[in-house]
Amino acid sequence: MAAHTQPGRPNQLFRNLNSKIASIPMMLTAVVIFLGGTIWTVVYSFTNSKLLPRLSFVGLEQYERLWDTPRWIVSIQNLATYGCLSLIFSLTIGFLLAALMDQKIRFENTFRTIFLYPFALSFIVTGLVWQWILNPEFGVQSVVRSLGWTTFTFDPLYNSDIVIYGILIAALWQGTGLVMCLMLAGLRGIDEDIWKAARVDGIPMWKTYLFIIIPMMRPVFVTTLVIIASGIVRIYDLVVAQTSGGPGIASDVPAKYVYDYMFFAQNLGQGFAASTMMLLAVAIIIVPWAYLEFGGRKRG
Amino acid sequence: MNIRSMAAVLAATVMLPLGAAHATDLEVTHWWTSGGEAAAVAELAKAFNATGNKWVDGAIAGSGGTARPIMISRITGGDPMAATQFNHGRQAEELVQAGLMRDFTDLAKKEGWDKIVRPAGLLKSCTFEGKIYCVPLNIHSWQWLWLSNDAFKKAGVAVPKNWDEYVAAAPALEKAGIVPLAVGGQAWQSTGLFAVLTVAIGGKDIYQKVYGDKDAKVAAGPEMAKVFKAADDARKMAKGTNVQDWNQATNMVITGKAGGQIMGDWAQGEFQLAGKKAGVDYTCLPGLGVNEVISTAGDAFYFPVLKDAAKTKAQEALASSLLDAKTQVAFNLKKGSLPVRGDVDLAAANDCMKKGLEILAKGNVVTSTDQLITQDTQKQLEDLMSQFFANTSITAEEAQKRFVAIFSKAG
Repeated sequence: MAAHTQPGRPNQLFRNLNSKIASIPMMLTAVVIFLGGTIWTVVYSFTNSKLLPRLSFVGLEQYERLWDTPRWIVSIQNLATYGCLSLIFSLTIGFLLAALMDQKIRFENTFRTIFLYPFALSFIVTGLVWQWILNPEFGVQSVVRSLGWTTFTFDPLYNSDIVIYGILIAALWQGTGLVMCLMLAGLRGIDEDIWKAARVDGIPMWKTYLFIIIPMMRPVFVTTLVIIASGIVRIYDLVVAQTSGGPGIASDVPAKYVYDYMFFAQNLGQGFAASTMMLLAVAIIIVPWAYLEFGGRKRG
Repeated sequence: MNIRSMAAVLAATVMLPLGAAHATDLEVTHWWTSGGEAAAVAELAKAFNATGNKWVDGAIAGSGGTARPIMISRITGGDPMAATQFNHGRQAEELVQAGLMRDFTDLAKKEGWDKIVRPAGLLKSCTFEGKIYCVPLNIHSWQWLWLSNDAFKKAGVAVPKNWDEYVAAAPALEKAGIVPLAVGGQAWQSTGLFAVLTVAIGGKDIYQKVYGDKDAKVAAGPEMAKVFKAADDARKMAKGTNVQDWNQATNMVITGKAGGQIMGDWAQGEFQLAGKKAGVDYTCLPGLGVNEVISTAGDAFYFPVLKDAAKTKAQEALASSLLDAKTQVAFNLKKGSLPVRGDVDLAAANDCMKKGLEILAKGNVVTSTDQLITQDTQKQLEDLMSQFFANTSITAEEAQKRFVAIFSKAG
């Protein structure tokens, strides 16, 4: 802001001096901790460090082993399945709930609180709660069986083929409330006049939502997408609380592989290689997108 | 029994004031948290408190897999505890190499540990470049099959005497609604079970060649194929266990919901705590009744290097109290493990422990997997075995191929 009041200053470096000084700590944190830590990790991923880091380079050996490990492949597949479905479902359900809330219903505050409540719980608590709900001996299965359907089977957490969906259910339960709130805020930001105009033109409500409101809500969708996507990549605690990667390794995720190999297997090199791959995956998705999203705006 | 263990803890706290003048607090971390284990730890605390110092208990729940990373990161991160449990073997290898652990050679010479500790291999795994870095505490062996006599009675079959009879009895157990073999979901359990099968079905030599010499040819051979066949039987028998922790699985055997469990002799502490009697309520078969060989795994205490002089001195007191004959008896009777001293009297031991002592005296022992393979190899095996046990679409042949691949690269 100060820059606008003194437009004649020649040296660009001293523009906004106050805010630049104020942001030095954050810049230092970003450069030293994030960037420095990242580079350190990548460098050591090319070594054969075991329990303690040491600089004896072995080339790409850790990466070859990584992509040769069935457990890593399984965890990548799980992340892909979980990521796609969680993105689709939390956006759809979140938006639908928000649209329903937006119909000027009674007790809106109450409903909003109820839907948002799960988000106040940590992933660990969520995981434990859903571990019990999905446990065949105490949870849904036993309730339905006690109602008379004695052959009813619902034990996703104990079935290798569908265990990732059991985790997805818990994640959606926890996360859609937040998505709903963000969407609701976006909907409230739409001018009433637009609705009135659409009504005057006789456009049905669903069409208004789909072709007018949603395109107008683009910034909200982008924010939501970033929040959901970052939650997907770092998923770890929910899996640990619900299944600890089981049965066998069927619900493993990359973050858990990294942790296990760094600390349980005392093989830092392998853990670093896996985390570098995670970083690479994120970079491949995020960088072009961020460039388009934020780089484009500056030009426009 | 709970009351008794509580009484032991109470007694320990009452004794404190006696030596309070020079009392030094030592934090000791370990992962003994099940009922039987906690009772045994109370004995160690009692013995140490009697030396005028104070045992500060740092139990970490969730078994060794959870506890070890916490312990290691505290030591490498510069916030070491005064003493910590590890299993005999290579778990603390790099910590010792990095000079983070305290050398106890002088004390060991003074007290003549090399004469009292048996088998000698235990002290050897504490030794690095001629110096002694840990205190062996007990001997645990993995090679036990625990059978519920009630479960077999209910199914109308005789209690089996070996692995083959057990496999043959499985259908009858299933018919009676009993899970034939309880295997908890944690990965180390199926991995340990597999090593037991290797010793029992494959024999001592095969085990030594595969786990000890990392001989990929033997790992790919027909003897190991037999072991994988047995593991395939085991995973079929384990279907429907649905518990995670080993003591929950043991509890299934205690209550007769499961026919049996392959688990180390620490399971015995649970049977004792439940008031069950060996030979009457449950049966134990060392080496699965096939090859009566036990491994000498177990626990040792390591002492990180500390700056505080008083604590460093108290570490010595703790080290010698752990090897004291009285502590050894009191601790091991509660824990269900065997003492590391050959010269103590274990008249109070039950039938199963006596069987173990006999095998130990005969020298029918193998080195434990913790001493033979690195944590890295162990984790890879755990990934393989937990997947093999959870997912029946992986055939025994496929699993063996991956098993060979792991050992051909193991260090």
